[in-house]
Amino acid sequence: MQGILSAAAYVPYWRLDRGQIKETFGAGGGKGQRAVASYDEDTTTMGVEAARLALKSAGGARPQGIGFATANPAYLDKTNATAIHAALRLDREAVAYDFGGAVRSGMGALVAAIGSTVPLLVVSSDLRDGMPTSADESAGGDGAAAILVGSDDVAPVIAETIGFAATTEEFIDHWRLPGEKRSKSWEERFGETKYLPLGEEAFNAALKQAELSAGDIDHLIVTGTHPRAVRALTPRLGVDKEKIVDALDSTVGWTGTAHPALLLTSVLETAKPGEVIAVLSLADGADCLIFRTTDAIKAWKPARTIATQIGASGPVTYGKYLSWRKWVEVEGPRRPEPSRISAAAAGRVTDWKYGFVASKDEAGEIHAPPHKADAEAVPMSDVEGTISTFTIDRIAFSPSPPITYAVVDMDNGTRSALELCDLDASKIAMGDRVELTFRKLGTGDSIHNYFWKARPLRGG
Amino acid sequence: MGSHGIKDQVAIVGMGCTKFGEQWDKGTDELLLTSTQEAFDSVGLTKDDIDAYWLGTAMGSGGQTLSRPLEMRKPVTRVENYCCTGSEAMRNAMYAVASGAYDVAMAVGVEKVKDPGYQGLASGGGPSTDGTNRTLAAAAMYAMCAPAYGKKYGVSDEQMREVLARIAWKNHQNGARNERAQFRKEVTMDTICNAPLMAGTLGVYDCSGVADGSAAAIVVRAEDAHKYTDTPLYIKGLQFISGDATGNTDPSYDYTHFPEIEQAGRDAYEQAGVTDPRSQLAMAEVHDCFTPAELLIYEDLGFAERGTAWKEVLNGTFDLEGDLPVNPDGGLKSFGHPVGASGLRMFFENWLQLTGQAPEERRIKHADRGLGLVHNLGGYPGEMVSFVGIVGTEKG
Repeated sequence: MQGILSAAAYVPYWRLDRGQIKETFGAGGGKGQRAVASYDEDTTTMGVEAARLALKSAGGARPQGIGFATANPAYLDKTNATAIHAALRLDREAVAYDFGGAVRSGMGALVAAIGSTVPLLVVSSDLRDGMPTSADESAGGDGAAAILVGSDDVAPVIAETIGFAATTEEFIDHWRLPGEKRSKSWEERFGETKYLPLGEEAFNAALKQAELSAGDIDHLIVTGTHPRAVRALTPRLGVDKEKIVDALDSTVGWTGTAHPALLLTSVLETAKPGEVIAVLSLADGADCLIFRTTDAIKAWKPARTIATQIGASGPVTYGKYLSWRKWVEVEGPRRPEPSRISAAAAGRVTDWKYGFVASKDEAGEIHAPPHKADAEAVPMSDVEGTISTFTIDRIAFSPSPPITYAVVDMDNGTRSALELCDLDASKIAMGDRVELTFRKLGTGDSIHNYFWKARPLRGG
Repeated sequence: MGSHGIKDQVAIVGMGCTKFGEQWDKGTDELLLTSTQEAFDSVGLTKDDIDAYWLGTAMGSGGQTLSRPLEMRKPVTRVENYCCTGSEAMRNAMYAVASGAYDVAMAVGVEKVKDPGYQGLASGGGPSTDGTNRTLAAAAMYAMCAPAYGKKYGVSDEQMREVLARIAWKNHQNGARNERAQFRKEVTMDTICNAPLMAGTLGVYDCSGVADGSAAAIVVRAEDAHKYTDTPLYIKGLQFISGDATGNTDPSYDYTHFPEIEQAGRDAYEQAGVTDPRSQLAMAEVHDCFTPAELLIYEDLGFAERGTAWKEVLNGTFDLEGDLPVNPDGGLKSFGHPVGASGLRMFFENWLQLTGQAPEERRIKHADRGLGLVHNLGGYPGEMVSFVGIVGTEKG
């Protein structure tokens, strides 16, 4: 049997209350909140976080390849999936490929992997931006999802793939040139007339392949680049209203490339055995995947659900949001910006830098950072710790000052001095518990500097 | 094997020191020419009489930084060791004389830190890194010592604020009486306590001044000292320790003491035969880069028992009129901190005070004890280098 072995999503900590947009500009905004990636996150770091969670609940299955899809890549030319590969410490023989550019690449990467008999990890991630006050800004959200697919030779299949169909057509509806921050859209009616038949055809063909009718569907996910077409198409598919999956519009927002996998994950996290899930995504055509959950889903325990991550969040002001997204520049400390890192020096410590892998000497003492002389590697990115002492640095350069910095006593007996993130600095105290998170410390000469920070525990 | 020191083998016979501060109209060359000329004049020598030079500069580089402005062809060794750069120039010049390699050596330190245009000390550049290194400013590292000390010894946040302010207040009092100091203003406790925060609970007045400046010393073999001056200062003890930088990875380190300082101090005291620094030293110049550093240094160097220095601060023990005046010249806090010059500036104040040249308004009470201490550090809590030197007026 082939299908899904594990799944997880990553929803960043910060939330923008959409009402703030209208308060600021007298226009735009809307109801509810959208998820906002912090200034030290990009689609790669969010992908790492989702992937770590997915593998934690994968019953020991290790992917033999990663597909990473995003419409907002941290690098072009250079593969981004290799950073995720390094953070997960996958085998050297495991491949890492980017599927980039189009929003449709998220669903495309999943479709490409779904029949695989070897375990493959499909990571989709997106940062959604738009001109201040635009619908794209307000309706968008940041997040990532990771789906581990494979056969039950490796780990129990929790959802079997039972149908797939797609339609494709070239037309101009939603686009962005490379390097641009904002997307543009054609007037909505044109796209709607295109998407309605594309979506219906793909949905019906997938149902037919699965030998099901619309009434057999327990969870219907409809998402895509065209909100009006999604709204118009959903009631036409013949599925009861209560079976339509919450698109998380009011809590997360539309996470673009990641959204089909993110919503699929949200269903799997609470699904019971024998339930039929249809994922229909509209993006330059339509893709429809149909799954049926298995008995194994009863024993599957998500490492950290989307609901938990929606609960464990904190508010970001609209001003901070605009500065993080570089729509406005704010004055920082008059300190030198970090210079670029050395590729050669970073290449000598890949396991430490990307995987937070310490070392152990013959006497059993763990060294973090690792000592060259030690033979044994000690992966510790999942080790938690306690804040021994901390301080707030108002002088050091940061893209979003001030820096909160803590000396953390890790549960494996080591100590690490780490920058803290995703917190209200006024509420932090000695003795607080923290976990590690993969972040972008900065960018110099167009080279991103990835390493680990600590954040308050976000709950199971 | 062993650390033997060079007690009474080398003497300081002349010194010079520029004014420290924002010297927009002077470059490194002018600063070096000023400090070295004052040192030459203090003992009636010229650059040609010096056999070899040791130049301490953290941000500059190369011996030509000195030989070019002084227009000479001489052995010039450039040394750097974080904020201990100045005392490292001195230590190595003294060893060179003690070895017999040279008769007369000069140690000179200089830094032009105001030119880069950043807040605080910021040199930029440096070797390429893998990007996993800490990027905090120094203030934040030292800020962690204050709550750690308070927690260990039961000092409340309010008391700690007063103690740290008292240290800054004292150093400003002293600096106000020093024409070469960067900040020559007395500052009220209120102003210090309510200053804008830089890191943790540390405000602007808890941080040393960032200054341009230069200082220089001429050293000779002790037996030759009286050929040059009637008031030489003899070296009694000299130690430098570079730590293993494990403080931030060792859960047993608690940020209430600096082991590198304790170790350097212990050895220097032993060389000098100092058993009770509090009563034997006439004065001390210590590295008060941030107020919590000065507090911890008192205990590391045995000026006060562990956990008691904060009370001694409030009692005025380390004031100019106190039992053991510390930083009578204003310290880094108010004299300013041109990195490569600071260690030599500390020797300069010992030289002025112990040889009776210090101006009346800041003269220490117990100069007759005849011994003074220089403490210089570099790096951060947990990953530090430290120098301790002891000088005396009498050759043993």
